[in-house]
Amino acid sequence: MDRHFDDELKELQQDVLKMGIMAEEAIVDSIQALEKKNKNLALKIIADDRKVDEWELRIEEKCVDLLALHQPMAIDLRFITTAMKLNGELERIADLSVDIAQRVLQLADKPLLKPLIDIPKLSKIAQEMVRQSIEAFVHRDIALAKKVIFSDAQADELRNRVQEELINDYMSKDMTTVPRAVPLLLIARHLERICDHATNIAEDVIYMVGAKVVKHHPEELK
Amino acid sequence: MSDEFQIKNLNAFYGSKQALKNINLDISEKTITALIGPSGCGKSTFIRCLNRMNDLVKSFHLEGDILYQGTDLYSGKWDVIDIRDKIGMVFQKPNPFPKSIRENITFGLKIRGMKDRNILEHITEQSLKKAAIWDEVKDRLNDHALSLSGGQQQRLCIARTLAVQPQVILFDEPCSALDPISTAKIEELMLEIKKDFTIIIVTHNMQQAARVSDQSGFFLLGELIEMGKTQDIFTNPHDKRTEDYITGRFG
Repeated sequence: MDRHFDDELKELQQDVLKMGIMAEEAIVDSIQALEKKNKNLALKIIADDRKVDEWELRIEEKCVDLLALHQPMAIDLRFITTAMKLNGELERIADLSVDIAQRVLQLADKPLLKPLIDIPKLSKIAQEMVRQSIEAFVHRDIALAKKVIFSDAQADELRNRVQEELINDYMSKDMTTVPRAVPLLLIARHLERICDHATNIAEDVIYMVGAKVVKHHPEELK
Repeated sequence: MSDEFQIKNLNAFYGSKQALKNINLDISEKTITALIGPSGCGKSTFIRCLNRMNDLVKSFHLEGDILYQGTDLYSGKWDVIDIRDKIGMVFQKPNPFPKSIRENITFGLKIRGMKDRNILEHITEQSLKKAAIWDEVKDRLNDHALSLSGGQQQRLCIARTLAVQPQVILFDEPCSALDPISTAKIEELMLEIKKDFTIIIVTHNMQQAARVSDQSGFFLLGELIEMGKTQDIFTNPHDKRTEDYITGRFG
């Protein structure tokens, strides 16, 4: 039986997908702004965050309406509550891209401390994790969601490497490097946090598809 | 927690038509069990088997066992009147006796020989209090029961059931004729009295089943498709037919 409700659920999925695309674009732009020291692009990311915030409110309102009007059960209920949680995670991801853009503004007029090697790699992982987590949501793909969760360790490792390098090779040897090293440290931290949010999304997707809670239960992933 | 009912290989027939097919189910005491399913799926037939209401239907016969507190309900050991004392029933449509509010409560007690006015008064008050209607009727106990609203009449019927001190109460769609406020009162009442009674409720209102029950069962075409903890049934049913029904994709 075709349900009008199904059309509304599809629309909600499209909205979350759109939010995912906006969040991913913000990550891509923020790293491009860093690599090219592009202040205008950094300012655009900061300005565009308002659109993400508006979209977040729109999705939240839609979810509340669907819950109130249809009182969904089972997979429908899990889908809507997951969409609500993804909405929050994606908004935070966009906020972290704004944080990166602000660090770019701090660095833009100064010479780069060192060539960017690991931060772009970390950024690639973050983009990939966010994209795959949203794909897993759209396609109800548990295997892809698990792949996202397992990628997080790689992100942590890269963040640690950036951190150790900046502290040991620059800041502890030459205090004058601190104003240029700290923003890079923070950018690595922001990217690693983005990966954490993608991991949360993947965990929520696994719950949505199979009603299995893997959050705080890594043994359930085996 | 011990089992109030153990149902084993239950098959029920109206003439040649099979209404229940091989039902196996245990119901623990002092819990609320909700039975859901589309019209004609057998859920009402099922609860009517539990206090032998179907005995009144000539063409009805039953196979299998229904153990009530460990004893076969359909063996000669039970008197049908005793069974209905212990296993009360509240119906879809409020059906108070065409008598006063007070007499509705005392009627069952009086026909069982209870004469002591003080005891009758005490049970009347306690039953009406348990059914959460005492405050609304305490000053008008001699008024005609039909002067009450639908929701009040239904709570009066529950009080009437409680007065004979049953152990089990069967509710057959008790709120389908009631407004949301009366429905909420009856649901609150069920949650309140479940510490003393075993409750089995047939309902078409899935939110109601989800709100009040501990375990839920889904019936379809005379079969018990799935039985489980209510939380699991409504968030993660195992059988696709259950999921299709509760999400409204059925048909």
